[in-house]
Amino acid sequence: MQPVVFPNKILPYLLLAPQIVLTVVFFFWPASQALYQSVLREDPFGLKSGFVGLANFRAVLSNPDYLHSLKVTVVFSLSTALLSMAVALLLATAADRVVRGKNIYRTLLIWPYAVAPAVAGMLWLFMFNPAMGTFAYMLRRNGVAWDPLLNGDQAMALVIVAAAWKQISYNFLFFVAGLQAIPKSLIEAASIDGARGARRFWTIVFPLLAPTTFFLLVVNTVYAFFDTFGIIHAVTGGGPAKATETLVYKVYNDGFVNLNLGSSAAQSVILMVIVVALTAFQFRFVEKRVHYS
Amino acid sequence: MFRHLNWTVVVASAFSAGLASNALAATELSWWHAMTGANNEVVDKLAKEFNDSQSAYKVVPVFKGTYPETLNAGIAAFRSKQAPAILQVFDAGSGVMLGAEGAMLPVADVLKKGGFEFNKDQYLPGIVAYYSKADGTMLSFPYNSSSPILYYNKDAFTKAGLDADKPPKTWPEVFDAAKKIKASGASACGFTSTWLTWIQTENFAAWNNVPYGTNENGLAGLDVELKIDAPLFVQHFQAIADLAKDGTFRYGGRTSEAKQLFMSGECAILTESSGGLGDIIKSGLNYGIGQLPYYEGNGPQNTIPGGASLWVFGGKSDDEYKGIAEFFNFLSKTEIQARLHQVSGYLPVTLAAYEETKKSGFYEKNPGRETPILQMMGKAPTENSKGVRLVNLPQVRDILNEEFEAMLAGQKDAQAALTEGTKKANAAIAAAIGN
Repeated sequence: MQPVVFPNKILPYLLLAPQIVLTVVFFFWPASQALYQSVLREDPFGLKSGFVGLANFRAVLSNPDYLHSLKVTVVFSLSTALLSMAVALLLATAADRVVRGKNIYRTLLIWPYAVAPAVAGMLWLFMFNPAMGTFAYMLRRNGVAWDPLLNGDQAMALVIVAAAWKQISYNFLFFVAGLQAIPKSLIEAASIDGARGARRFWTIVFPLLAPTTFFLLVVNTVYAFFDTFGIIHAVTGGGPAKATETLVYKVYNDGFVNLNLGSSAAQSVILMVIVVALTAFQFRFVEKRVHYS
Repeated sequence: MFRHLNWTVVVASAFSAGLASNALAATELSWWHAMTGANNEVVDKLAKEFNDSQSAYKVVPVFKGTYPETLNAGIAAFRSKQAPAILQVFDAGSGVMLGAEGAMLPVADVLKKGGFEFNKDQYLPGIVAYYSKADGTMLSFPYNSSSPILYYNKDAFTKAGLDADKPPKTWPEVFDAAKKIKASGASACGFTSTWLTWIQTENFAAWNNVPYGTNENGLAGLDVELKIDAPLFVQHFQAIADLAKDGTFRYGGRTSEAKQLFMSGECAILTESSGGLGDIIKSGLNYGIGQLPYYEGNGPQNTIPGGASLWVFGGKSDDEYKGIAEFFNFLSKTEIQARLHQVSGYLPVTLAAYEETKKSGFYEKNPGRETPILQMMGKAPTENSKGVRLVNLPQVRDILNEEFEAMLAGQKDAQAALTEGTKKANAAIAAAIGN
């Protein structure tokens, strides 16, 4: 490979400029503000502020509520990612076998992705709200003590299902594409050797889907971490008793409801570190084990 | 040709008209508020009436979301030096605003700048006490005030063999009635309540004349320690927790969600703000209104106002202050206040408006509508019942709500929940005033 040399010294920078400007304005600048805020203690109105060093970080990390929130986030993210990927894979393999009306099924299954998180949250809330939800009413009539307003596990289940539901379409799309890329000849050869459906799936299809699965795992984890704020805000508001308060929700709650900007900023800095570490880990260690054909 | 000329004239005259109106432009005063539905219409109508009544000022109402969202929008705007002229702040946010010394101009000073004399005696004493500093300076203009009352389903009462014309007066009576209703199957749940923090702790303390916190619940100073782990609170919340075990009490949510449980007929007794009356009337339920219940030997003292008030930011021009003063003067007019009270269900802010409503025979036609005022005005407020003011009351409410939820879910008893809640809230208050 020969290194490319531009004859013009300025042009490459000009071409890069829009992307750099966007990154600086929408990423580096807010991130630097968060870093700056995280070492200050300030009243909500910004009338008085003082440098407190790492006191905000110490306070956050020694707060049992923060560790609780971390646990909640791990449970929520893993459950959401696994549930939505499992259901999407099931639907994708099913859609792969359908002969007639394939496109209609696929199109319909993609629709939920277009729903905004807050709207998705409202949809599930209307179905399962103990005061007015149709399904909540049915559950209670059948003897299930359904009350996500007080039962933390039920509230968690509700936000996981709502968050996973929204992401199924996206995963479905990638799994369908992944399935189409698997050579038919491999599967036919296995059939001739006498492998049945389940065996063909686990020994041939699933390993060959690994790159797709890995990619989706990363995307879904990031989604569950950051993009589910709207759902949690609409469905549970982090309650009951912090049972569904994820790290991102806690940043919002401490900053914008409790007006503790320093602590909120410190938390978002920690969140930044977590995400950088998580992504680095996934790409360095997990990716090596994935079988790329 | 003629047509063309005509257009030129039209454009030219429109342009000059634009210039002319610009030259005479009224000073715009933005009013950020959190009122939805019918209450939003009232806001728009008031602004329009004021704008039509004079030409020097133009009040522009802007809806900014829920109460906390409006407060946050106001704070963010202040930080970027774009503060609105008038900001509506809910009861729990009053302490937050008060903490911003210098950022706000007390309403009395605003009126003075407009050449009006501010006379505290014109206003309902309970409301004045709530929105005043310890030295008596009134800080914000009470726009919409409400007070918690008891609603009950008359049909369910009759079905359960209770007297449908006699609402329960004390908490033990409420609990007994709720048990009877549940046991008789008159409705699936006996009793529920909106706003557990505002009604069952803040107003509970005032109405039963026990301290919510030290330093007159924060009205005498910022440094407050909560006292809600006292025996009366524990007894009350344990009773509610016990009723929750078999569904006699049902929890609706942290704000006014429980109103749904009452309107759907699922719960037969509800404690909720008087401001919720409109929706309950609309639901067509056969309801009755009673006083907020109390404990024998403690209450009834007086309730404290909820709702919201209008705050004015500092650092505006004299012209703007004059306009704001004109607008507040307009809002305090008797006919405006009387109408506001009768359409929206909020309390009248001035005594004159209250007298006017009384004279008009409104309360005879609408029984129960006077209850929230009588509750608040019945007795002169004591140091326990002037109000609750904390620099971070929204945060404290959240902390307590979490404890109540854990308690109602059966994870802990009332003593543990209130002790833990008090401890956490005190730590949060100490951290907030250490800013």
